[in-house]
Amino acid sequence: MTAALASQRLPSTKIAVSSVHAWFGSNHVLKDVSLNFPEKSVTAIIGPSGCGKSTLLRSLNRMHELVEGARISGNILLDGKDIYDPGVDPVLLRRRVGMVFQKPNPFPSMTIRENVLSGLKLTGRLEHQSSDDIVRRALRGAALWDEVKDRLHSPGISLSGGQQQRLCIARSLAVRPDVLLMDEPCSALDPIASAKIEDLIHTLSADYTIVIVTHNMQQAARVSNYTAFMLHGELVEFSKTDQLFTAPRDPRTEDYITGKFG
Amino acid sequence: MTLHTDRELNHQLEVLRGRLLRMAGLVETMIDDSVRALMEVNVELARQTIARDHQVNRIEVETDEQCLLIIARWQPVASDLRFVTLALKMVTDLERIGDLAVNICERAIDLAGRPAIWPWDEVQEMTNIARGMVQGSVDAFVKGDAVLAQSVIDQDDVVDDLYVQAFQHVLSTMQEHHEDLPGGIHALSVLKWLERVADHATNLSELVVFMVKGKDIRHMARDPHIAHG
Repeated sequence: MTAALASQRLPSTKIAVSSVHAWFGSNHVLKDVSLNFPEKSVTAIIGPSGCGKSTLLRSLNRMHELVEGARISGNILLDGKDIYDPGVDPVLLRRRVGMVFQKPNPFPSMTIRENVLSGLKLTGRLEHQSSDDIVRRALRGAALWDEVKDRLHSPGISLSGGQQQRLCIARSLAVRPDVLLMDEPCSALDPIASAKIEDLIHTLSADYTIVIVTHNMQQAARVSNYTAFMLHGELVEFSKTDQLFTAPRDPRTEDYITGKFG
Repeated sequence: MTLHTDRELNHQLEVLRGRLLRMAGLVETMIDDSVRALMEVNVELARQTIARDHQVNRIEVETDEQCLLIIARWQPVASDLRFVTLALKMVTDLERIGDLAVNICERAIDLAGRPAIWPWDEVQEMTNIARGMVQGSVDAFVKGDAVLAQSVIDQDDVVDDLYVQAFQHVLSTMQEHHEDLPGGIHALSVLKWLERVADHATNLSELVVFMVKGKDIRHMARDPHIAHG
């Protein structure tokens, strides 16, 4: 692993994960995971159910610790600073490291506009005079502006599933994060809506570091620059996506991506 | 061998492998028979060999269709992707080997009973090595053996040397016996086609190395500027 990584010319590291272990109670779900997430790139995490990929994702913005009985050890550095340092406020961290979930979850009682601004309101950072600009910028960033600009005061849940997911992405973008974590963002969407999200991910990667967990290997192959394959809580392989899907180094990766898993 | 969870994909890949082996077997026989038809002045064998080329062409078309179907339906990756792309390229080389055998057969029919300058020893040796290279490529493909594939690639130089040697032999005879010029020109064509068979076998083995190791070695020996990812 180390030699393989050393041979690749990676862009600068945004998040450095080093010797991370995680548990739910006595269940050891991440085992000595180390990898560097490159800046302004898309990294996909793939692996079978229960392999620890979502736990790894949620450890990157300290959501893992929100589960009762959850523990973590090791180091995770964001721009070189330990996110688990006692001086770090998890709420502020999650503003820099946003999360988009599997199922679109706009706030049901809020309008489209209110949904976009909700993150800023919750953290008390909303200045009224700039809110129109923020809404426009975030919705444009999420490739939703043209579809909703004439109905910003309609309920967020009046949108289609794909539009709701892009609204959630706009909500994350409004707080100007550095990193976007995406946990199966297209699993509840039809192929057209999924394609729009994938196109959006590609566009956003010019400005943001994106980490996406997906069960859909074709999606990982399409959208990501780098891919990490996890199995039984361990990181088996981390390579450029082009390499991993044409000539993986580890036979376990080969078996998984070609569908030869028992 | 670990099987795919998707049994239909397994089946498709096995059928594809079978097609390639059948096609390779046909062209191996065609090479032997075409040269035999030439040496033994056997017009009937030449005609039978030409007829066999239709089967080779049909398998080429079927293989292309099947590869497109597999790509469209299963989006293969890793070794499966390399295997399917290998199949797409392999049929082209095999089909061209078949065409070269047909060329030799056509010459055997045209020249039947007419004088020509044949450096038979070199022709026979080139035929044996070139056919062996095709066979070796196919064996390497079946066994997933990159070492065997590399040994096939190395033999191409031997065939090239034999070609140069035979070419000189024919050329000298032509210079000394001007009345043999037409026969000499036919002989040079046949020598060139046998040399091309070896080139196609080399291509096949390079594809096998790519399939097994995921490393593209084409053109690397001759062009240092090519550095495949």
